[in-house]
Amino acid sequence: MKLRRILLAAACAMLAFAAPALAEDDTEKALEKYRQMLKDDPWTNPGLLDVDRGELLWTTPRGPNNVSLAQCDLGKGPGKVDGAFAELPRYFADADRVMDVETRLLWCMEKLQGFNRADLVKRPHPGGGAPVKELGAIATYVASKSQGLKFAAALTHPKEQEAVALGETLFMRRSGPFDFACTTCHAEPGRRIRLQGLPQLSRPEEARNVIGDWPAYRVSSTHVMTMQHRLYDCYWQMRMPELELGSDVSVALIAYLTSNARGGEISAPTIKR
Amino acid sequence: MRLIAVVLASLLGAASAMAQQPVDPARVDAAVKAAFPTAPAEFQPRLAPDETLKACSAHRNAPPQAVLAAIRARETATIEYPPDGKFLGDWKKGEALAQSGYGMRFTDYPATRANGGNCYACHQVTRRELSYGTIGPSLTDYGKLHEFRDSDAKAAYEKIYNAQAAFPCSLMPRFGSNKVLTIEQIKDLVALLMSPDSPVNQGR
Repeated sequence: MKLRRILLAAACAMLAFAAPALAEDDTEKALEKYRQMLKDDPWTNPGLLDVDRGELLWTTPRGPNNVSLAQCDLGKGPGKVDGAFAELPRYFADADRVMDVETRLLWCMEKLQGFNRADLVKRPHPGGGAPVKELGAIATYVASKSQGLKFAAALTHPKEQEAVALGETLFMRRSGPFDFACTTCHAEPGRRIRLQGLPQLSRPEEARNVIGDWPAYRVSSTHVMTMQHRLYDCYWQMRMPELELGSDVSVALIAYLTSNARGGEISAPTIKR
Repeated sequence: MRLIAVVLASLLGAASAMAQQPVDPARVDAAVKAAFPTAPAEFQPRLAPDETLKACSAHRNAPPQAVLAAIRARETATIEYPPDGKFLGDWKKGEALAQSGYGMRFTDYPATRANGGNCYACHQVTRRELSYGTIGPSLTDYGKLHEFRDSDAKAAYEKIYNAQAAFPCSLMPRFGSNKVLTIEQIKDLVALLMSPDSPVNQGR
């Protein structure tokens, strides 16, 4: 008797929510189909132009020292690009720091090619309509050379573990006039901001699904957006100041997200809304 | 059975202890300070959480009773009320505010218009707007469901002015206390929710 009453109540509740839930489901299905079509035909992705551009930038002698990045060690030895992205972020003894791909490229461009670091971090990300900057294009190329691999950063060095812990703390740290933290949008399943689905990045199942998408070509801003740029954009929305490329905060958040995404497949560059 | 419970409890304890990895707060503050080197002077206060946010972050937005009570008391004390004692403004202005995400981003200076409330980012508000978020609850029929009571208009005003007074560690910005929206703007939003002629209450 009691059970029947509960079932009846449940059925009523389902009826009450069925209509909007169905409509949302349809929208989500259509979007998923669109994403799958883009995935099925990777040549539709303009981000591939930046992969080529990045490769050229990697191999061309540049900067005040007029050298290529052939001596840049992304963790697997000087000049080794294949699979390097899948093992980042990692601790680099020469810099005595944990670095993600962009921070490492920043370091190589400064130390090997002689670029001025201050210039590189001054306006590191493109505005809407402009192509990804050179560093970002190289990062896109490097990431693409781990396509199909799974995130496998060891993150066992004490400094790597410290970065992950710092990243987790930052992920939850609320501040600014809107009281936002990363967790405001990314700590619960199935939420949306306007119509945009929000991954629950604290959950490995969801982090594995999306972190490997970046760098990604964004249709709405018509350029490749790197992970450092993505975080910069989040902080912009959170009403925080401009996040510096290569800062400990950005590296720590990437270490935390990559740690959550361990085992997730890398498909960068993907194409996003 | 009891053994299983004990083992489970200790496992859960271990898991939450692991999740609460202690990071030296001074280290976090220093990292944040260094990460935003171009922040202008008026942005500096944004880098550090206040007492309430500190407690919310530390307890993952689910603080224990004593902390909850302290937040409620502290935040309630910050609420300023309309001098004319009226809580309902103009719902049309409220709808425009609910749509606008403008304001206080580093690209919004110098400001060219009033800050928005961006309610639709997180809430369904009117039925005619289909692009709404789901971080907060749906607000359709809000006034109708509250039978347009004056006491609920006041409660809505307080909720928008400082969500944490009623719901400590709510994810919602403290729009009034943080000086994001003015008293007049908050009244316009209350009108959007509570006016009988607002589209929020004109459903189906």
